[in-house]
Amino acid sequence: MEEILNKYRTIKLEDVNVWFKAASIKAFPKDGGACVKYKDLQIAVFNFERANKWYACQNLSPEKNEMVLSRGMIGDHNGIPKIACPLHKKTFSLETGENLNGDLPPIAIYPVKIENENVFIGFEE
Amino acid sequence: MKKVIVIGNGMVSYKFCEKFAASEKFTDYKLIVFGEEPRRAYDRVHLSEFYDGKTSEDLSMSSANWYEDHNIELHISEMITEINREDKTVANHRGDIYSYDYLVLATGSSAFVPPIEGVEKEGVFVYRTIEDLEATEVYAKKLKAEGKTEAAVLGGGLLGLEAANAVKNLGLNAHVVEFAPRLMPRQLDKGASDMLQSKIESMGLKVHLSKQTQYLQGDKAIEGLQYVDDTELKVDMLVVSAGIRPRDEVARECGLEVGTRGGIVVNQKMETSDKNIFAIGECALLNSMIYGLVAPGYDMAEVAVQQITGGDAVMPESIDMSTQLKLIGTEVASFGDALNQSKEDIDEIIYENKRNGIYKKINISKDGKKLLGGILIGDSSDYNSLFQIYSNGMKLPEAPEDLILGSRGGDEGGLLGDVMDLPDGAQICSCESVTKGQICSAIENGEATDVAGVISCTKAGTGCGGCKPMVTDLTNATLKSLGIEVKEGVCEHFDLSRQDLYKIIQVKGYTKFDEVLDNHGNGGHGCELCKPLIASLMATIHADTANEEYAIQDSNDRFLANIQRNGTYSVVPRIPGGEITPEKLIALGEIAKKYDLYTKVTGGVRIDLFGATVNQLPLIWKDLIAHGFESGHAYGKSLRTVKTCVGSTWCRYGMDESVSFGIELENRYRGIRAPHKIKGGVSGCIRECAEARGKDFGLIAVEGGWNLYLGGNGGATPRHAELFAEQIDNETVIKYLDRYLMFYMRTAKPLQRTAAWQERLEGGLDYLKEVIIEDKLGIAEDLENEMKTLVNKFKCEWTQAVNDPEIMKRFNHFVNSKEEDSNIVFVPLREQKMPEPWK
Repeated sequence: MEEILNKYRTIKLEDVNVWFKAASIKAFPKDGGACVKYKDLQIAVFNFERANKWYACQNLSPEKNEMVLSRGMIGDHNGIPKIACPLHKKTFSLETGENLNGDLPPIAIYPVKIENENVFIGFEE
Repeated sequence: MKKVIVIGNGMVSYKFCEKFAASEKFTDYKLIVFGEEPRRAYDRVHLSEFYDGKTSEDLSMSSANWYEDHNIELHISEMITEINREDKTVANHRGDIYSYDYLVLATGSSAFVPPIEGVEKEGVFVYRTIEDLEATEVYAKKLKAEGKTEAAVLGGGLLGLEAANAVKNLGLNAHVVEFAPRLMPRQLDKGASDMLQSKIESMGLKVHLSKQTQYLQGDKAIEGLQYVDDTELKVDMLVVSAGIRPRDEVARECGLEVGTRGGIVVNQKMETSDKNIFAIGECALLNSMIYGLVAPGYDMAEVAVQQITGGDAVMPESIDMSTQLKLIGTEVASFGDALNQSKEDIDEIIYENKRNGIYKKINISKDGKKLLGGILIGDSSDYNSLFQIYSNGMKLPEAPEDLILGSRGGDEGGLLGDVMDLPDGAQICSCESVTKGQICSAIENGEATDVAGVISCTKAGTGCGGCKPMVTDLTNATLKSLGIEVKEGVCEHFDLSRQDLYKIIQVKGYTKFDEVLDNHGNGGHGCELCKPLIASLMATIHADTANEEYAIQDSNDRFLANIQRNGTYSVVPRIPGGEITPEKLIALGEIAKKYDLYTKVTGGVRIDLFGATVNQLPLIWKDLIAHGFESGHAYGKSLRTVKTCVGSTWCRYGMDESVSFGIELENRYRGIRAPHKIKGGVSGCIRECAEARGKDFGLIAVEGGWNLYLGGNGGATPRHAELFAEQIDNETVIKYLDRYLMFYMRTAKPLQRTAAWQERLEGGLDYLKEVIIEDKLGIAEDLENEMKTLVNKFKCEWTQAVNDPEIMKRFNHFVNSKEEDSNIVFVPLREQKMPEPWK
């Protein structure tokens, strides 16, 4: 399990050297998320349509190491965009990855950009 | 900018920082805090809850970012080993040097371990930090695996009993060993202690009094306690909780004055013998005393903040040591002069009820005018009132015994009468020193509009929590006096209650979450509380399925299945009333085999298929639907099952056809979305094989019709349904149930089952009868019509889903690949399979 966890680390925008074209924006639900496969990584991508913003994070919930975050509900806490894990409603900031309602380790966050109606996720390789 | 260094990061240290951060002068100072423990300050008072499933984060005094947000430098896992008073610097264990203008010692205390021969043996622990608890837990698990079960706690004081509770929570047999002839000798008299002892023993703990331990038996690991009186106690583990010792090492080494038995000497300003160094909390020796309670520690923190920032607060001459807490399920409180230690002449009034395990004592001045102190065991509900009377020197009733016996005859009223009659200076929260005046003015000047607001702006109730009922009463009374309705917002995005949102969506006809949030919310994006709630309301009001606007549905509703441990799902088709044909049973088996699903009969008389991946769900459902099945809504806050016994169709005792009626009811209410899940039961006779009285609605066939029971449930708080109507016919049952369920769906709080809703309904069952049977509110026809619409518009949402290519797109693990989640691993279980266990 350690091994899987270690595959995910937050990528800063300035460090991105690979922009992976995931799918058309139409493939993602409004104000919801879906999971993208990139090599052997699973990345959850969220469309905050109300604010016209996109976020991406590891699909792996750090609580019990299940690949489920993309299926959770998005929302905000005091303006911080967040994702609620569908297993026990643990919430994580999509800006910093921090667990907002517990002491779980932070999740990895990835940059997202939209070009020509396509969703790109940033990686550093 | 002046530098303040705080050594120690416990409750009092945190409180010091919190009070400092709230001070107007805060920006003139830089705070640096050092803690040797590996985590932020946590609540040691509630430490035993760590074994009840609370995490260290739950117990934490502050949020993860608190120190950073307040620009306070926090160094954890760093121990200060040296103070250089001349240079005004401190050094940590790595030799890093930090300079200070003011130094605050909040080093707390360590567990006192008496010098008994053998305390170094394996299996001997102290009860002080989370690390101690973790180590104890590991050892307890090892013992249990070896079949060993006995554990002793050395010390029958307050902490010792807490530790004994913790040991019991670990699943071991706890023995409390006390040197004195009674438990909690510093707080309780003999009568109170005896009562506490018998309560504790009834919980399965053993108490051994007047026992002095000579040495610990065993070679490497502890095997028993050898007492000086030649008796012994065989135990496999020992937790020492025999008192505390102030941590004064670093103060002692730098030449600060310390007491002969330890503790850093301070004056009323909390100054040590060096004017630039303060000591607060359990390391401070004030009035030649160590105060091991949180409330005086917090007062010390306040005094130190004020002294540093130029204020003039000092500690009072006499320090209140009152306590109220729950020990091993028993309420215990003592206040004022509980042990008749003052010089005043005292009259004791004692009430002892061995039958109910209650002991109450109050000490009254000889002239009958003043309450001087008291003890409450088994029932401390009057503690707050008694404490107010004591601390404010309030006038006593003509017959002071009424204070503990209640007024016998005459008008009923609380001891205090109205909470609003308390003087403004009355201290409501002694942990945080919050007065009635502060609570009321927080509301009056608009800082707080509800109990949560009062708690967050005054901090009242954040310590031991014992004053919360009084804070709530005061808040509500103050709001009422201002003509403000008590608010019940569902989350930070809506100040409205579920009931208000119901009305608004109904009247305005909203069909999108955004419309509701934009017009009636507080902005933002919504959250996991308000989204599924509004989805549920719209489904009820517009008679829709959960397939509308799926991103706001609870994730189980989004995938129309229950997510399981490894991110796979369970599939539960409806089997109304539990009746199923052999053909359908075979079909279920064939489908389970085809997709290799784990199969189990549920508690609600149907068959659950586990282990379906998200990609498999639509395939499985296509097969099920082809064989005549439909969604069982096991994933929704909606009707689950109507459990039935076989009834008069087969049973020789049956009074009516329970299966037929159960099927009719299940088909009637299937699919409707409610505040929480709903379960029904129909029994064919009074033997009640369907367990109908444990359901939200239950029917039992009797001579002349059905008896209707409402508001039962199993779950964490089981409750029998209440008898609502007797000997009624099928038609009347349906009429009442339509009205009842619709009334519940309109007015309950989010995630409130019928049982909790009914219990809190003002006017209770009688009121419910007036509304449902007598139609007192004139809404019965509306309720019935709304339910009819829901019944008539029912659609199986899985049939809807498999026939809609747009909906089917949801059921892919990846948006850019048809592959499945390679992370899912199953292991064999008996002749089936299960998810790989969590590591």
